[in-house]
Amino acid sequence: VEAASIARAAGHAKRRIGDRIGDQALHWITAAAAFGSIALLIGIAYKVIDQARPAWDKFGFAFIWHQAWNPNTEVFGALDFIYGTAVSSFVALLFAAPISIAIALYLSELAPSGVKGIVGALVETLAAVPSVVIGLWGILVLGPVVEHQLEPALGSVLGWLPLFQGQHGVQGMLPAIIVLTIMIVPITSSISRELFTTVPRDLKEGAYGLGLTRWEMVRGVVLPYTRGGVIAATLLGMGRAVGEAIAVTQVIGAATGIHISFFKPADTLASRIANQYQGASSGLQVASLVYLAAILLVFALVTNIIAQVIVSRFEVQRA
Amino acid sequence: MSSMLAASGNVRRRKRKNRTMEALWTFASMLAVAVLVIVVLSVLLKGISALNLDFFTKTQAPFGESGGGIAHALIGTLVLVLIATAMALPVGILIAIYVSEFARPSVARVLRVTLDVINGIPSIVIGIFVFALLVIPYHHQSAFFGSVALAIIMLPLVSRAAQEVLALVPNPLREGSLALGVSKWRTVLFVVLPTTISGILTGATLAVGRAAGETAPLLFTTSLYTNQVSWSPFHAMASIPLTIFTYSESPDPSQHAQAWAAAFVLISFILVTTLLARWLLSRSQRKLTR
Repeated sequence: VEAASIARAAGHAKRRIGDRIGDQALHWITAAAAFGSIALLIGIAYKVIDQARPAWDKFGFAFIWHQAWNPNTEVFGALDFIYGTAVSSFVALLFAAPISIAIALYLSELAPSGVKGIVGALVETLAAVPSVVIGLWGILVLGPVVEHQLEPALGSVLGWLPLFQGQHGVQGMLPAIIVLTIMIVPITSSISRELFTTVPRDLKEGAYGLGLTRWEMVRGVVLPYTRGGVIAATLLGMGRAVGEAIAVTQVIGAATGIHISFFKPADTLASRIANQYQGASSGLQVASLVYLAAILLVFALVTNIIAQVIVSRFEVQRA
Repeated sequence: MSSMLAASGNVRRRKRKNRTMEALWTFASMLAVAVLVIVVLSVLLKGISALNLDFFTKTQAPFGESGGGIAHALIGTLVLVLIATAMALPVGILIAIYVSEFARPSVARVLRVTLDVINGIPSIVIGIFVFALLVIPYHHQSAFFGSVALAIIMLPLVSRAAQEVLALVPNPLREGSLALGVSKWRTVLFVVLPTTISGILTGATLAVGRAAGETAPLLFTTSLYTNQVSWSPFHAMASIPLTIFTYSESPDPSQHAQAWAAAFVLISFILVTTLLARWLLSRSQRKLTR
């Protein structure tokens, strides 16, 4: 009896020690993984900036406003691509933001419950279509339509604007804008929809009780209540547009130079990196590509952190 | 009451404005659905005609010749995504456990923001990072490096999903286990974690679908491949998205047909993973609300 209880006590002690080690081990292993993610983020920033150093040493900040991409003379600058990125993303956002908000309002305020689930699922499925497939469709289906129908139509109606002048083509800024719009809408609309469903019911019913129409209720209650969040959702959509490499590469035409016309080929930061993947031979050209990536990274970090701050403040306000 | 209101022109104008706005919302939604239908139908119609047994079992035909297949790319994507999942899934779950079971709220918030920021980094920049970190020092591309890039893209998705389901586990379950004298690590691993498995699988499935379709991270890490079928992750391997990308820019129409067929395979895979994820999600919600 004595021996058995001693053995049991020893077993307990052993188990207690095992548990103490187990608790500590789980704590530290998970902590290592968690802080590893912070290290990963810092590592990405450090490595990308470090690898761009040869281009940084040669061109400095002037790289950003220098307009050149010439592997033969080894002169590189980012201005063409910054312009292409800014124009394509901004114009795409101009279309995508109102469309996304409209879809979100339809799904949260208007749609009958049976339709709501189906349309919502379909819009989210659009987000899951890989960008390379959107790009394939963009170059082989959308491109010819743009060249033979859309651009002649725009040219005949709005041809007095320099934006819609020049030769029509399969590839160019216009299909890039359309493709980016298609890619922003599912993201921005699904975030906005979630925001709209957080508007308290009593506020909405109060507005209806005062005799407001649905649109007046939306304008007076839903939109003011969610304004910050909608701005953040738009920022996240813009982040997607700015960083999109593949689909844009397939449709934009990979041309240097700054052209006002949407019919002309152009290039963005991300698509320039993507379409140079095979040709990059010299160290300076690679470093310049990485410099472009560093600009993209800084932009992505800034917009993301701003969006996060807005969203988190929004959550605090709601709580 | 309506007859009284109808008398006023102001109300009629307000109602007309309301109807116009509602019509615009409906139109925008139908437009988005129409775009999805057009894209998916294009892929279906153009893809299905190039599908045959050769497409799945043979490799690329010589330039200008029709026929051939994408067997090398299918195997490549399978290997790339498997290795990436094997890296991202465990690490993502460990991070989620730390965030929901150990971290102080302020630390948890910092970690969540970090993961969201990683999620917001353009995938081409992730590709450049792995290129700088691994491809340049080792002087060659490999499928393994491509998997590392895909794993970085999957990590925030998997971890976020795991955090969300762990947060749904009711606290009495943890307290009950601890009150019975079960140690914390056993509670976490054998009581809390098993209830979240279908939720974690939902996130993992969605992340697999996303990784299978990513092209940009592979451009600089595993794009200089041969057309031989190979299972070795230590060389550059072909992949479905990269095949679509290069074929779509080819002047050869038979390669366009192959690109559509490859897109068909990719889209089908992603739709299946999305549906699977939805099914798993509804299952896990049923379980947690019961």
